[in-house]
Amino acid sequence: MGWLSRPATETQITHGRRLWLYAVAVLVMAFLVLPTLIVVPMSFSGSQYLEFPPREWSLRWYRTYLASPEWMQATWTSLKAGVLTMLVATPLGTLAAYGLFTARVGLGRLVFALLVTPIIVPVILVGIGVFYAYVQLKLVNTLAGIVLAHAMLAVPIVLMIVTAALKSHDMSQEMVARSLGASRLRAFLLVTLPQIRFSVATSAVLAFLTSFDEVIVALFVSGGPNSTLTRSMFNALRDQIDPTIAAISTIMILVSSLLLAVAQTVGQPRRPAVK
Amino acid sequence: MSERPNEAGLRRDALLERLALFGLGSPALLLVLVAMVLPVGWLFWLSFLGDDGTFSLEHYQRMLAEPSYRRTFATTFQVSFLTTAICILLGYPLAYVLAQLPQRIANLCMIGVLLPFWTSLLVRTYAWLVLLQRQGLINQWGIELGLWSEPLTLVHNLNGTLIGMVHIMLPFLILPVYASMRAIDRDFIKAAANLGAGPVAAFWKVFLPLSLPGLFGGALIVFILCLGFYVTPAVLGGGRVIMVSNRIATDIELFFNWGAASALGVVLLALTLLLLWGASRIVRLDRVLGAGH
Amino acid sequence: MARGAALPITIRQVTKTYGRIHALDHVDLDIQSGEFLTLLGPSGSGKTTLLMVLAGFTRPDHGSLRFGEDEVIRRPPHKRDVGMVFQNYALFPHMDVAGNVGFPLRLRGVPRAEAERRIEAALDLVQLGGYGGRRVDQLSGGQRQRVALARAIVFEPRILLMDEPLSALDKQLRERMQIELRRLHDRLGMTTVYVTHDQREALTMSDRIAVIQGGGIMQLDTPRRIYEQPANRFVAEFIGESSFLPVERDGAGFRYGAHILRIAAPPPEADGHLLMVRPERLRLVAADEPGEDNHFPATVEDVVYQGDSVLVQAVLADGIRIAVRTAPTADAVPVEGAAVTLALSPADTVVIADR
Repeated sequence: MGWLSRPATETQITHGRRLWLYAVAVLVMAFLVLPTLIVVPMSFSGSQYLEFPPREWSLRWYRTYLASPEWMQATWTSLKAGVLTMLVATPLGTLAAYGLFTARVGLGRLVFALLVTPIIVPVILVGIGVFYAYVQLKLVNTLAGIVLAHAMLAVPIVLMIVTAALKSHDMSQEMVARSLGASRLRAFLLVTLPQIRFSVATSAVLAFLTSFDEVIVALFVSGGPNSTLTRSMFNALRDQIDPTIAAISTIMILVSSLLLAVAQTVGQPRRPAVK
Repeated sequence: MSERPNEAGLRRDALLERLALFGLGSPALLLVLVAMVLPVGWLFWLSFLGDDGTFSLEHYQRMLAEPSYRRTFATTFQVSFLTTAICILLGYPLAYVLAQLPQRIANLCMIGVLLPFWTSLLVRTYAWLVLLQRQGLINQWGIELGLWSEPLTLVHNLNGTLIGMVHIMLPFLILPVYASMRAIDRDFIKAAANLGAGPVAAFWKVFLPLSLPGLFGGALIVFILCLGFYVTPAVLGGGRVIMVSNRIATDIELFFNWGAASALGVVLLALTLLLLWGASRIVRLDRVLGAGH
Repeated sequence: MARGAALPITIRQVTKTYGRIHALDHVDLDIQSGEFLTLLGPSGSGKTTLLMVLAGFTRPDHGSLRFGEDEVIRRPPHKRDVGMVFQNYALFPHMDVAGNVGFPLRLRGVPRAEAERRIEAALDLVQLGGYGGRRVDQLSGGQRQRVALARAIVFEPRILLMDEPLSALDKQLRERMQIELRRLHDRLGMTTVYVTHDQREALTMSDRIAVIQGGGIMQLDTPRRIYEQPANRFVAEFIGESSFLPVERDGAGFRYGAHILRIAAPPPEADGHLLMVRPERLRLVAADEPGEDNHFPATVEDVVYQGDSVLVQAVLADGIRIAVRTAPTADAVPVEGAAVTLALSPADTVVIADR
């Protein structure tokens, strides 16, 4: 193979002498990608235990999942919490991003820093803090409580993504719109928002996933009929390896990928038909 | 006409506009204040309350005195340090190869690197649990290939915790390292080669130093995020790996000891902020901070 | 397109400071109804800030701004009814050409049929008839420029503001667009304020030019007066090429060295004065040529052939270098080292303020 003796970089080292490096890279990539994906075929196993590759294929564990009122209840709670979190965090984060970006005042940086702290503060601290506060406010085990905490965790993500989008957006377009007779609000809605919709859609999906995938806060403040899916999964994981969870995991992977794909297509700028 | 016409009115307009724009951020600010700053502030307060309800440092004193707390902190640092070290060993070569690939192929590979970002932490932890158990795939294959004869204990201990955490933290290391490598001007390497540096010398003397800021920033972020881990040690550690977060949860769930839990939390937060402050002086944090943990 | 009534603009005491820097320093300016006025100045002079004040995007510290009789200084941009063309065009990429041009009509609730008619009329006016369905990224730079212009005039504003609209175009296209813009202005008759740092563009297009420097207006005059009678050294240097000779007051007049200057126009009052010499106004003559012209003996140092002209660098008796531009006809071109006499007619002998 002539490829191996060709120089790989400016230092004239050949590909052949760097094969070990490529092997390491491939192995690390495999380490990153495969473990998550291997759950998918395993979830279609027909036997009592998880196998790879499954000796007989079946939808047994999906049926178990769908037939279980507890799992259904938890799934429903997680979906509601996720959607509500998205509906709260996306507008709040977008508004804050726009306000802080256009105001350009010194205090804005401080507020921005404060708004991103939820990513930095260890989640366990938020979990017990919120739990303690909710006990006083009687919000423990309520959907409102979960949504409040999860929206708080999602706001920084929306804020950062939308701010980044505004930074790369040509804001003079908004000025043009205003000179042409649009109020600030209309200029934003008619000109800026349609162009950053990809980022807003992405941030909305991530806000949903922040709630849908969140474990620690849910452990403390969700429970009873308002247990989230993650809480139920976590508790099941500590007991034994229930193959039902493989089915749920597969569904969760599917939901995440699907949502991100939707965000991509919703927000992607239309390609010109002819060039 | 006055010397400064409309001055007062213009000043008021400017103030109002600023307030209005600022006001757009206030709902989000309110949310973060109510759902985070207040509760965490409350914990801060609790940590300084003794059992009799007066100001006291007893929770902090106990933390210093009791060996079990010291063990918890030692475990936390040990796990965080090992995770960071393994992430560097695995992540740096991958980022190096990715940075030299054509942009299109590299972008495609980045999807793989980012895949863990959009799959649930719990799903990934579960996957490792399945793979690493005694009858799991890894042991099965290891024995079939003759690598080892008896099933190894890969999970419910430090090994499992480390494997799971490295898997979660790797993207956080790879992203900044990759970005800093992409930014390195190829001409430096060419110049080094022209000046007679061999591949090894060119790497150690030129490329590595130039990629260090990204590596250092990424490693710090990984380390900081590791300090606050809860789910992975709880599930893959099987109760044998007790990090600060796990200890806090136990203090609350089993002993209802809010003072002790809060004090631990305050120390954890202080450590995090201290390291973050250090990191912020080296790298731009908004680039490396992504999803939660 | 209907010819809208133009409005005069009155600017009084407009001041804008950023920290300790005066971007605009007590600016007074009267722009006449239907006039094409250019704000000309180097970058950082305050010309764009002044335009942004007119548009409403920059809020001054104090000042008064009237469109016609109306005080508008505190009016937000969208209520000023001012058409504006930006340097980077800022077309909306998520709309087609008709969507862009129709945007101001849509905001004003113009019925669809009428809007379509007016969009087409505006596009015709900028010679883009039939381009309504095109996507913005399918247009060339010049076409984008025209769309931006159509969008700014389709709602028949009585004032049109332009911020270096041609700076992104190549030289040929830029020169063609200058003529076109001016023609369009004459046809629509709206008051136009145009910002540029390109002196040739300003000279070509404007009724009047306001030369701006350091947040203030250095000179406000017609292009011809700005070029021929600059108020001071800054204006003279910024517009066109020139050499400066030190002069001294001599009774009522001025002298350069021992030579008493013959001057047609009386110079302005100032502390110090300079003789401004435009290279193309100097002639190479025989030393003993009779007439009213001022004569300066000099030695040729350098001759540069530039195609349409020849640029001669000469040194005067006191060592000052002076540039002369002359026709490239063979007999008129001197050789290096030759002693020559430079003549300047009294009308071209312009004594200006040093500062």
